[in-house]
Amino acid sequence: MSNIKKAFENGKAFIAFITCGDPDTDTTISAVREAVKNGADLIELGIPFSDPTAEGPVIQSANVRALKNGITTDKVFNLVKVLRQDVKVPMVFMTYANVVFSYGAEKFMNTCKEIGIDGLILPDIPYEEKEEFNDICHKYDVDLISFVAPTSKNRIAMIAKEAEGFIYVVSSLGVTGKRNEITTDLHSIVKIIRDNTKIPCAIGFGISSPKQAKEMSNIADGVIVGSAIVEFLGKYGKNAPTYIGSFVKEMKDSIN
Amino acid sequence: MKEKKGRFGIHGGQYIPETLMNAVIELEEGYNYYKNDVTFNNELTELFNEYAGRPSRLYFAKKMTEDIGGAKIYLKREDLNHTGAHKINNVLGQALLAKKMGKKRLIAETGAGQHGVATATAAALMGLECTVFMGKEDTIRQALNVYRMKLLGAKVVAVDTGTATLKDAVSEAMKEWTTRISDTHYCLGSVMGPHPFPTIVRDFQSVISKEIKEQLKEKEGQLPDIVLACVGGGSNAIGSFYHFIEDKNVKLIGVEAAGRGIDTFETAATINTGRLGIFHGMKSYFCQDKYGQIAPVYSISAGLDYPGVGPEHAYLHDIKRAEYVAITDEEAVNAFEYMSKTEGIIPAIESAHAVAYAIKIAKGMGKDKIIVITISGRGDKDCAAIARYRGEDIHE
Repeated sequence: MSNIKKAFENGKAFIAFITCGDPDTDTTISAVREAVKNGADLIELGIPFSDPTAEGPVIQSANVRALKNGITTDKVFNLVKVLRQDVKVPMVFMTYANVVFSYGAEKFMNTCKEIGIDGLILPDIPYEEKEEFNDICHKYDVDLISFVAPTSKNRIAMIAKEAEGFIYVVSSLGVTGKRNEITTDLHSIVKIIRDNTKIPCAIGFGISSPKQAKEMSNIADGVIVGSAIVEFLGKYGKNAPTYIGSFVKEMKDSIN
Repeated sequence: MKEKKGRFGIHGGQYIPETLMNAVIELEEGYNYYKNDVTFNNELTELFNEYAGRPSRLYFAKKMTEDIGGAKIYLKREDLNHTGAHKINNVLGQALLAKKMGKKRLIAETGAGQHGVATATAAALMGLECTVFMGKEDTIRQALNVYRMKLLGAKVVAVDTGTATLKDAVSEAMKEWTTRISDTHYCLGSVMGPHPFPTIVRDFQSVISKEIKEQLKEKEGQLPDIVLACVGGGSNAIGSFYHFIEDKNVKLIGVEAAGRGIDTFETAATINTGRLGIFHGMKSYFCQDKYGQIAPVYSISAGLDYPGVGPEHAYLHDIKRAEYVAITDEEAVNAFEYMSKTEGIIPAIESAHAVAYAIKIAKGMGKDKIIVITISGRGDKDCAAIARYRGEDIHE
């Protein structure tokens, strides 16, 4: 059991995603600090992967920029150590199975515990493949976050029963990125989740405006915003953290 | 540990987003039903025989055999299939399955364009919509195949992410599948990706080894000593090996693309140079860096230019049932030219990798020994590239 539940104790949770090392680690550190200062309750740190198959163009480009600028898993760990000197909110990693597998799952989770990472989000590890990392995650108190998708249907109860930390509810079909409209019947999905677990659920994919964030927070316990934040980094580079700060404030205000 | 689905030893599995899980489960259930359905099998056999031109010939390469002066060399002529490669076997199977399952649209990835052309062909035949994802680099190198796909009624999407080659085309096809699942079947082109694809594709390709066994029995009254095939993802190789896996005396050899050499970074020889990883839905061997970032790969052959290998090959390698060797661009081009001049058969540059290794080993074998090489495709598509490799300025 990690500290993730703390993120949901301050009203509806605002979860901010930031790709590490885009365009450099100093900018990532400033961006995270700005997000936290302006109300982010949980930070999702993306460890870049060469072939991020769940990402839309915005986050995929961020991965490319970060890798090109020399980010590595070890450098991400160092960045977290710096952040943990002052950032107290829960932080989780979001990356792909091969990044963890290649580093050595035991060594990876051990480091997560040492530096204060509370959870791990791996979009290419569905329920059926959880065993790959589950025991090691437990050993080092890292919550392996489960996804529920619009297509999950008969699988929702099974996933919810074993979920830890929080449940990541995917708002729409497809990859990450802004959407004008979210049409999935999320009420029904969240109801099945709540019938089967007490852990909180947060909705992500496609949320970019305060209005959408408000709507989603009425359904779930929190909202996850990635592409809309990462877009500032693509546009403003090193100057992005200020923009990210005001955006996070606007979004957090809208949901409370 | 629970018994896991779709494993080949430690390899395989279903490492995909939750969004796709019900789609692959539906596919598995559909396949398990139809693979034993008499009508489905009759229809598929009819398509194989009447449309694709099966069974493909097992041809005794007399001149090559005499010239090399060792083992008897037979060629399994998958190049004679409709659309010019083994790819059609898998595509007809999957397209028929998709249609039976009520799907209206096929999507596919393609490298050089052979699988894309085969998928567009099957879609045209069966009245399905078709979209093919192809690396932008490859759409330029293989412009003629892009035209072919369009002529057949398919939409071709040029992928410009990452290295803009086959692996990126696979990623984009997977992404596309997550946006539109209910009416769309992802017609994967090789024995890779999440379960049940490696099994489905193998089963549809296993017609190759089934025929080799029957044909050689008729011609020679015995099993081959060696079966050789090239390996990218590995579909023609697994198809050539499958019915011989239990025949322990038949040596199975997969030939990877060494590119400029397995001691260089410009290689696509996954089993020879890669290590265990998780990517594109499966656990298997991948070319990757220290941190697990997937490495750009290189081969003169666009069809072998993939950083991973099918999980069943990874397993056959682990248990030492099959041997995986590597052939360089230069060796493959030499074999491409040699077979064209000696037998009057222009092999695909992919298949030429297998031919090159056969030439290396046949000489040292007794004249009573038999090697079967699968010629996975025809080489017409490669002529311009090989001419350029030899310094002739030819463009399609």
